[in-house]
Amino acid sequence: MTVKTAAQPGPHTPGPRALARQRRRASAARFWRQYRRHRAGVLGLAVLVLCVLVALTAPLTVGADAQSVTGAPGGPLESPSARFPLGTDRFGRDLLGLVIWGSRVSLLVGLLAAVLSVAIGTLIGITAGHFRGWYATVMMRITDWFLVMPTLVLAIALATVLSRSLGTVVLAIGVTTWPTTARLVRAQTLAVEARPYIERAKALGGGHWHVMSRHVLPNVMPLVLAQTTLIISSAILAEATLAFLGLGDPTVVSWGGLLQDAREAGAVSSGAWWYLVPPGVAIAVVALAFTLCGRAVESVLNPRLGVSR
Amino acid sequence: MTAEATSSPVSPAEGPVAGPGTPGPATGRGPRARTTAAYLRYVAGKLAGAAVSLLAVLVTSFFLFRLIPGDPVRFMTGGRPVSAEQIAVYRREFGLDLPLWRQFTDYCGKALTGDLGTSYQFRAPVIDKITEALPNTLLLTGTAFVLYTALGIVLGTRSAWRHGGLGDRLNTGLALTLYSIPSFWLGLLLIIVLSVGVGPVPGLFPTGGMESGGKEGLAHAVDVAHHLVLPVVTLVAVEYGQTLLVTRSALLDEMGGDYLTTARAKGLRDALVRRRHAVPNALLPTMTLVFVNLGRTVAGVILVETVFSWPGLGGLFYQALSVPDLPLVQGLFFFFAAAVIVMNTLADLLYPLLDPRVGR
Repeated sequence: MTVKTAAQPGPHTPGPRALARQRRRASAARFWRQYRRHRAGVLGLAVLVLCVLVALTAPLTVGADAQSVTGAPGGPLESPSARFPLGTDRFGRDLLGLVIWGSRVSLLVGLLAAVLSVAIGTLIGITAGHFRGWYATVMMRITDWFLVMPTLVLAIALATVLSRSLGTVVLAIGVTTWPTTARLVRAQTLAVEARPYIERAKALGGGHWHVMSRHVLPNVMPLVLAQTTLIISSAILAEATLAFLGLGDPTVVSWGGLLQDAREAGAVSSGAWWYLVPPGVAIAVVALAFTLCGRAVESVLNPRLGVSR
Repeated sequence: MTAEATSSPVSPAEGPVAGPGTPGPATGRGPRARTTAAYLRYVAGKLAGAAVSLLAVLVTSFFLFRLIPGDPVRFMTGGRPVSAEQIAVYRREFGLDLPLWRQFTDYCGKALTGDLGTSYQFRAPVIDKITEALPNTLLLTGTAFVLYTALGIVLGTRSAWRHGGLGDRLNTGLALTLYSIPSFWLGLLLIIVLSVGVGPVPGLFPTGGMESGGKEGLAHAVDVAHHLVLPVVTLVAVEYGQTLLVTRSALLDEMGGDYLTTARAKGLRDALVRRRHAVPNALLPTMTLVFVNLGRTVAGVILVETVFSWPGLGGLFYQALSVPDLPLVQGLFFFFAAAVIVMNTLADLLYPLLDPRVGR
């Protein structure tokens, strides 16, 4: 009887897809209502929206010539003035324009690296939670190994042996930062798989793929979302660090690369603080904004964490 | 190196436990004997795990640096034009003419005896460069580690005890902000403000290095301490936030505990409830995470030593990277990873002695 109504919806009852859509919309609204109560989270989100807008509109607001070394508008290492609000770099380029251009690379690399890292972590976490036995043991052993390893040292080693490009940086950060996600997702998978409806799905003939993709994955998604936000923040810091150590892509402008330029140009000993302050502040602000968002999402999902609002 | 590292944790850990726990032949297997046996099993498991991890590091450090497209000799010569004979000499000198599996077994055999190869750049054994720089790194890291752990635990405890208050919000906010700041950038700013001097402010601290030279005895120690201030401040600033947040959430978890209500009900002062009852229980998860996060500290040390030209392992790593001097990068990679694994294993072996709930 119920099966029949679900398969052939009447003219007034919404179909299963519409029902699912409605439910999803309701839970998104509930999530947003709770998220809004975290002042720090809202602040972080606002900062992020602003940064993304600035990064996306960079070609319109500053133009591509801001990055070109030839024909730079000012003299080298000019302190801030009305014409160059943040001063100029060692080639005489406007630092404000460079910081705006740099946001594109830093945000992009941070985002891609975090997505890669969380994807690996989720895959390993779900499969290690679903398939017990030797597979899970081996996977968790590998996870623990990566968890203890000094991430930056591993990333540096990878970036050293591969060619200098943004893809290398994304890869180096992605394959070294996934273990925390894998452990969190595995724990959640074990909790979900203990629920009765999983047994029901299996009894009805649901295979491994069906259980993992239709039942476990939707239940770990909120956790994965929170984890992504937190990892973007550390990925942005890692990108800046690699670029500062000279392991980034030398052909693009990024915040870490600007800091490396500043150090090489002797900005420290000549006291050219305006060369150092803006890229660093930009990194810190964006990393902090992602951390605040991540913590707010985490505490909406798990109120026991007691994150201050 | 590896042999020493895996065997050394046994002796200090076994001492205190095996002593009182060893059963006399007449008494038979009492409860203490059972706990000792359980502890020994736990120790064996942890040591085996550490051995596997170290082996994995060894394998990774070998194959990772063979991923490089092309010839390692190309890196060594740094693009300078060299004759074919010269290349052949280099290949023989660094054992690159052997088949890969022979290179691997040679590498493992040598690593077990503490030989990590020869640096291209310094023409000196990698292990010598490491032992030369190690004391300097230990001085910097040890000082910073003690300070940031203590600071994190004290501030985290305060924050959790009055959670939601103004102090808590300021504390957590500051910790999160400092946690989001790149350590190298903070170091550069400190150098500009406090070493180079801005405007009328004179430089108070040296811009880098570890000593000014030409000083003896006490004056030398004071000089090194003077050089140590800024790197330590930088490391503490970027690392204490993690400890603070972990302590705070561990203590928040404990604060709902019935035993705290009992402690208060029997009339203990608030400070005593916190110090004697809540904090000791919250410390274990904190210490676990402090050790798991040692890997992050290694990152901080590399950057801070680079920025302050501190003559330690991190500074050496940066020098090796900029060439790139592959045997040195490889050796340091192995050393950093092995050191973190050994420290974690030591911590694992100590937990059951600190907290009987672990490992039983």
